Amino acid sequence: MTPLFISAYTLTNNLGQGIKASLYALQQGNGGLRACDFEDVTLETWIGRVDGLEEKTIHNAFDCRNHRLAKMGLEQDNFTETVSDIRMRYGAHRVGVFMGTSTSGILHTEKAYQNRDPVTGALPHHFQYRYTHSNYALTDFVRQYLALKGPAVTHSTACSSSAKVFASAYRYIQAGLCDAAIVGGVDSLCLTTLYGFNSLELISKDPCQAWDINRSGINIGEAAGFAVLEIAKPEDKGIALLAYGESSDAYHISTPHPMGKGAILAMQHALDKAKMPASKVDYVNLHGTGTRSNDASEDKAVTHIFGTQTPCSTTKGWTGHTLGAAGITEAIFSALCIKHNFMPQSLNTQKVDPTLNAHILLETHRQPVNIVMSNSFGFGGSNCSLLLGRL
Amino acid sequence: MELYLNTIALAAPGLLGWLHSIPILTGLTSYQVTDMPAFSPKLLPPNLRRRTTQTIKLALQVAQEATEQSTLPIQQLSTVFASDAGNTEVIDNICHTLSLPNRPVSPTYFHNSVHNAPAGYWAIASQSTLPSLSISAYDASFAAGLLEASTLAVVEKIPVLLVCYDNPFPAPLAKHRDFYAPFAVALLFTPTQQIESGTKIILELKEGGKDTQMTEDTLERLRISNPAARSLPFLQKIAQKVTGNVIIPYLEDSKLWIKVHNT
Repeated sequence: MTPLFISAYTLTNNLGQGIKASLYALQQGNGGLRACDFEDVTLETWIGRVDGLEEKTIHNAFDCRNHRLAKMGLEQDNFTETVSDIRMRYGAHRVGVFMGTSTSGILHTEKAYQNRDPVTGALPHHFQYRYTHSNYALTDFVRQYLALKGPAVTHSTACSSSAKVFASAYRYIQAGLCDAAIVGGVDSLCLTTLYGFNSLELISKDPCQAWDINRSGINIGEAAGFAVLEIAKPEDKGIALLAYGESSDAYHISTPHPMGKGAILAMQHALDKAKMPASKVDYVNLHGTGTRSNDASEDKAVTHIFGTQTPCSTTKGWTGHTLGAAGITEAIFSALCIKHNFMPQSLNTQKVDPTLNAHILLETHRQPVNIVMSNSFGFGGSNCSLLLGRL
Repeated sequence: MELYLNTIALAAPGLLGWLHSIPILTGLTSYQVTDMPAFSPKLLPPNLRRRTTQTIKLALQVAQEATEQSTLPIQQLSTVFASDAGNTEVIDNICHTLSLPNRPVSPTYFHNSVHNAPAGYWAIASQSTLPSLSISAYDASFAAGLLEASTLAVVEKIPVLLVCYDNPFPAPLAKHRDFYAPFAVALLFTPTQQIESGTKIILELKEGGKDTQMTEDTLERLRISNPAARSLPFLQKIAQKVTGNVIIPYLEDSKLWIKVHNT
């Protein structure tokens, strides 16, 4: 496929606001997980919480934690100014907005249910569904904030949501519906995911340790990430989306295929689309959530495609699992690895599970990195692998 | 963008099944609101079906009916599931549970809460490992689903099953987002003409145009209340077997123009 130029990007998460905070933390090995102190949650776990959202009120109907995080993200790295230039260049109607989220602003509805009228059961009058909880609210907020008028859609395929947006945007551009796209994802802490994953016994009491013999589950994080995609011109230099691969497990609603069938298909499709052998890939940024079954399945898939020598690591030990924002978070981490020529260690992983065979990096390596595969696999067996490289 | 519509399935009060709905949409017989049956899509194994919800069954019912009319093997279909609110009864249940002491969220409800739960169950039932998208665009969810399905079919050159559905919220959320009645439609598209195929459609995004409306009052109320029912004028044009344009609302500043070529 024709590569898409990733001409700008920004990232905000528990490591800090803007790209520099993430880059510094990744290179220095400073994680950002903390013992759970979100709202009145009493679960014994660690979380990747973004500071300052409680005070960051938005003075309109969009006000909720997810959009506060989205706004904080859009304010970093001159991203909004860059998008203004893109808008001027292509026209507001020719720039699409493609956002991924798994829970949107559901925290707003959770709180409304806690404050129901004791007699009628009604939600408080100030409750807003359309601009907070609805899946499209995030895309609506971003599109209005950036003053764009092109096609727009929210993708919600659980933990692959903000990887799938790259594929969707590519297709809209190819079909002539827009000339450039803002892709991204935002997911924020809420009770639904904390207590929901806890009910599935997938929450770790400790900082997550992907691929470790003692791994015991995920930590939930929150993040906002955005990128600009444009058709690459000959003079463009920088990071590009070389290809994407999508598949469905067709196996189980919340457990990955034990042999990694869907993951293999997603990675192979990405390589096929790029007409590239697996041996060209320098580094794999794993989905690597830290649950026993996820890591075992992905290990089978990654070693099937790449063998046991290609360096791999997961960055969930820094950010936790940011769910619907994991795809964009790790695509941007992958871009940073290429731009700054390093491959991060799998933070918190101490003793790799001897039944797993992928080449897990226990130390950060500084060396030329040209091609990175980034994996995102979600509930319902929704898989998406992105292949990033240089222009 | 050009593509071909192969088969249609429909489920709404008084519109149960495509063949049954044709004379109603063409005005030959009058529209009568009826109760919705409890759907039980047989393609899904019973042990899985039991763990789903009315919303998931509604979506899978039309998916199954659309594919039963086609000769295309179901494991060779990619899918787009478009819905504003997704699994409305699960969202209500979880938010209610989270307001109780100890917050005893059910693991089954939690995994059914993801927006792509119908897509996940459909993949298991159909054994299709092809790409599947689950999207939302509030009131524009049908138009957005059609664009997503079309770009997937045309750019990837694969058949695409579009399932667009929204099921009313239980109280108290219904007061804040009223879908009026359940509505689900499934449309099976191919990028090129199939032997069984009848209808070529051409899609174009434009800034202007007046939404095509339904003349029957209850159908018009359904059209403006449920995002999936925004498909009704398009379905009517197909049922009438005439060539012409249908204008579907997209985002606030644009419309989706659909040119239907009936032969």
